[in-house]
Amino acid sequence: MSSHQISVTINGEEHTREVEARLLLVHFIREEVGLTGTHIGCDTTSCGACTVLLNGVPAKSCTVFAVAADGAEVTTVEGLGNGGLHPVQQGFTEKHGLQCGFCTPGMMLTSKALLEENPDPSEEEIRWGISGNLCRCTGYVNIVKAVQRASELMKENSDG
Amino acid sequence: MIPPSFDYHAPDNLEEASRLLLANPEAKLLAGGHSLIPMMRFRLAEPAALVDLRKIPGLSGIREEGGSLCIGAMTRESELEKSDLVQSRYPLLADTTRVIADPVVRNLATVGGNVAHADPGNDHPATMLAYGASFVASGPSGQRTIAASDFFTGPFSTCLEDGEILTEIRVPEAGPGSGGAYQKFERKVGDYAVAAVAVQVQLDGGRIAGAGVALTNVGLTAIQAGAAEAALVGSDGGDAALDAAAQAAAAAADPTDDHRGSADYKRAVVRVLTHRAASSALARAREAS
Ligand SMILES: Cc1cc2nc3c(=O)[nH]c(=O)nc-3n(C[C@H](O)[C@H](O)[C@H](O)COP(=O)(O)OP(=O)(O)OC[C@H]3O[C@@H](n4cnc5c(N)ncnc54)[C@H](O)[C@@H]3O)c2cc1C
Ligand code: FES
Ligand code: FES
Repeated sequence: MSSHQISVTINGEEHTREVEARLLLVHFIREEVGLTGTHIGCDTTSCGACTVLLNGVPAKSCTVFAVAADGAEVTTVEGLGNGGLHPVQQGFTEKHGLQCGFCTPGMMLTSKALLEENPDPSEEEIRWGISGNLCRCTGYVNIVKAVQRASELMKENSDG
Repeated sequence: MIPPSFDYHAPDNLEEASRLLLANPEAKLLAGGHSLIPMMRFRLAEPAALVDLRKIPGLSGIREEGGSLCIGAMTRESELEKSDLVQSRYPLLADTTRVIADPVVRNLATVGGNVAHADPGNDHPATMLAYGASFVASGPSGQRTIAASDFFTGPFSTCLEDGEILTEIRVPEAGPGSGGAYQKFERKVGDYAVAAVAVQVQLDGGRIAGAGVALTNVGLTAIQAGAAEAALVGSDGGDAALDAAAQAAAAAADPTDDHRGSADYKRAVVRVLTHRAASSALARAREAS
């Protein structure tokens, strides 16, 4: 059993800790760093509630060892808005893109990455893009509307 | 669930990785971790040590070279999805990648891990059998190239020896008149196949000069359906040949009853999917002629 000193930059702030090799990134984020916006919804890498951006790319943080994220940049939902609301958060607010909110942090991080790659996705592309994030309240209709609204807001921001 | 304890190593070269594997008989390689970590959480795997490949340079990337499409073992599924080369010239591979797990899993899951894990439910093994691909492995006694048809020896088992690491996958370069398709039937997005079929064909003057047909999740390993290939080769790809290939593929399948369906049902699915995959492969091959 090995333990390792690692440094992970989360939402711009570097966190250095001594961790056991088997510690999962999601537990590092929630329990070591105390950012509980990243949720855990399953044991089978199926639900996407734990999605964070790992070096900019959506990843299920329950299926990454924290040691393997040494040196990485992580964005969690707490880092999305940077003080205010990110257009994706604004979209979810305006379009009621959440019910219980459990899937929402992961949903929003996946949506942010999707919109950065494809600023004007079709409904089909949105549904495809979020297919690794499950909403147990099954509020997909409004989630899709929220992402469409976020797309508009991001375009307005870049035009303005 | 928390995985069991292990020692973690992240060497920066292949020789050191091989040495660590040989020194720790209970060690396993770690690639994307999206098969291994779930298995560790369920205690289906309890490796004493993990040797992470992430710091070893040169293990990822996609390029055509020396008559092959070369895919580094650590190439992520999402990179195949975004590769213009794969999307425009390797439709069988493009189809396959798109139906593996879900988009977030595909950001970390690697092509090498999918092949080396050799889960009968993994989708790349059948695709690589249908392509007639080969795998490059590096180990204590140097490098060797293994034909996909020799690679899969049982469920979760390959012919890789102690200390050997899969470094590259080589798919024969796409030429004029070649085309392929992957047809997968799944219960929901992200699930393993009820059954899936990979077909690759090579046309020569309107006739099928070469064919690869392989099946996913209907046996202990991916199954190469030789009789289905024989039914296609030499034919004009008409309905009679496709029906014969579909029957032969269903007969080659060796499924069991489980929560995804009865054996008879899965054999029927193989028959239908083989027909669909073959006709789509042929249409693409004609387009590429
Ligand atoms: C929710 C979910 C759904 C999924 N659905 C599908 C699906 O529909 N179809 C499908 O095909 N897969 C599916 N997968 C599996 C996924 O594609 C895996 O990631 C893949 O099978 C293994 O790749 P990896 O890079 O994650 O490997 P790891 O989990 O890191 O490794 C898997 C095994 O391969 C060995 N290994 C890895 N790399 C090498 C190498 N270079 N040389 C030698 N041995 C090596 C490891 O030691 C380990 O034993 C799913 C996974 C999840 C979590
Ligand atoms: S907690 Fe469900 S995918 Fe990570
Ligand atoms: S809002 Fe409840 S899980 Fe999605």
